[in-house]
Amino acid sequence: MSTRCTCAETCQQAGSVPRRSLSCTTCTRTTGGSESTKTVGTMVSRRCAITGALSAFVVSHGVFLLLSKVVAAKPADQSVSRTIRWGLLVDVTKCTEGCSSCVDACREEHGWTGFGRPATDPQWIRKLFLKDRATGYAVSLPIMCQHCEFPPCVDVCPTGASFRRADGIVLVDRHICIGCRYCMMACPYNARSFVHETPRNQQPHTPRGKGCVESCTLCAHRIDHDRPLACVERCTELGHQALLFGNLNDPRSDISQRLASYASVRVRPDLRTNPGIYYQGL
Amino acid sequence: MRSDDDWGLSRLLVVFLVIINCMAPAVTKAGDKMGPLIPKGKGERCVEETGFMRRNHMELLKHQRDETLYKGIRTKRHSLQECIACHTVLGPNGRPVTIASPEHFCNVCHAYVAVTPDCFMCHASTPGSSDPLPSGDSNEGK
Ligand code: HEC
Ligand code: HEC
Ligand code: HEC
Repeated sequence: MSTRCTCAETCQQAGSVPRRSLSCTTCTRTTGGSESTKTVGTMVSRRCAITGALSAFVVSHGVFLLLSKVVAAKPADQSVSRTIRWGLLVDVTKCTEGCSSCVDACREEHGWTGFGRPATDPQWIRKLFLKDRATGYAVSLPIMCQHCEFPPCVDVCPTGASFRRADGIVLVDRHICIGCRYCMMACPYNARSFVHETPRNQQPHTPRGKGCVESCTLCAHRIDHDRPLACVERCTELGHQALLFGNLNDPRSDISQRLASYASVRVRPDLRTNPGIYYQGL
Repeated sequence: MRSDDDWGLSRLLVVFLVIINCMAPAVTKAGDKMGPLIPKGKGERCVEETGFMRRNHMELLKHQRDETLYKGIRTKRHSLQECIACHTVLGPNGRPVTIASPEHFCNVCHAYVAVTPDCFMCHASTPGSSDPLPSGDSNEGK
């Protein structure tokens, strides 16, 4: 967890490098429009130390409340907007080692069943097991595309196929993906897969084809219809409640409330990708 | 001088019209015999006027594709999934044929005019593809 904070005014007590944030979800100054790339040159994101930022968060919370609109279900003919930043919170303490139901749900939803060849089979989400050798404390957690605000995969894509939707979902436009796999190399989370073999029996809502790179879409097709993500749905159905999905830009959303009340981390914050996936209990 | 010119032009036009008139029935007849036999979609009419669809379906699809991917717009009208849902052709086994079949709606004309869009390399060519299809009857692009 980095202690570097970029909310220039609010988080200086964290002993951080004060920098203006691009999409700081706590700073009222920068959240509203989030026309970030135009207003700020430095590609730095907020990484508030939870301790330092907490008070700032509470302060700015009230103002932000006034600014944010109630997010209702998006009508099918309307464009996604920057007022939303989708995020996912993984409660690692509730994620059990033997369970892979989120992975199974994803596989069923998107049909990325492999061919029993782990080296080349696609994998949109996987379970990770970590153990602190000193203490023996072991955790298991799912890892997938972290839907970064500054996605390295988008930076390196030569065709523009890798892109970030206004609401924060990082996707591959497979109509223009040439399969060069630069994005796979660039991704610090090892979240993307290349389709090595001809997929069969694709789901109508998830087209997949050989020669393209693919990864977690945060179930964009479900989000657009206001349905829960496949992994979240399964995890909740089974009563594990380890996954919480919501709008990070809305301080009243469950996810924002939880993030505000309990410490969380993101994977490799030092890379300043500002992921939309948070982990608690890690 | 001037009226002479006009007369010549009109004469040419008449001759031209007569020729066209003689040819027209022949063309239609040939078209009936040789053109692709296009399976009819479900319902009364297509999402746009039929003639327009014949000429412009690819533009509609391309537009819809970008709207959906980049803006998350998921209107049904020009969605490829909906085309497939409405334009299913049932095979001898009573199940919708896949793109592997020459009878698939999106194949009939394309085979005739020799275009091979690769859409069904990725997109399901039948309304639901969840249950496995017998081998050789896959959604593999052609
Ligand atoms: C509501 C059902 C429905 C949907 C959805 C639909 N179609 Fe159609 N389509 C039809 C019907 C019915 C016809 C035949 C109309 C006629 O005979 O005049 C037709 C005709 C056509 C034709 C002309 C065929 C011919 O006879 O010349 C094309 C091409 C076509 N559709 C393409 C599409 C595409 C592409 C889509 C998706 C964007 C689509 N359709 C969606 C019902 C549908
Ligand atoms: C009425 C006949 C007809 C039907 C039915 C038809 N197409 Fe076409 N389609 C054409 C013709 C003709 C062209 C080629 C136009 C050209 O050369 O510019 C074409 C071209 C295309 C293209 C562009 C190909 C390229 O390389 O530019 C796409 C994409 C396409 N069709 C998709 C579909 C889909 C999907 C369906 C089934 C829902 C379908 N078409 C059904 C006649 C048809
Ligand atoms: C390499 C794989 C691939 C190929 C080939 C491909 N698509 Fe797609 N297409 C996708 C993916 C992935 C999506 C995103 C699906 C989503 O987000 O729901 C998509 C979405 C779409 C959509 C919006 C969703 C819908 O069903 O309306 C349209 C329209 C579309 N594609 C049209 C086409 C057409 C036309 C072609 C052929 C010229 C084509 N695609 C070829 C992968 C592909």
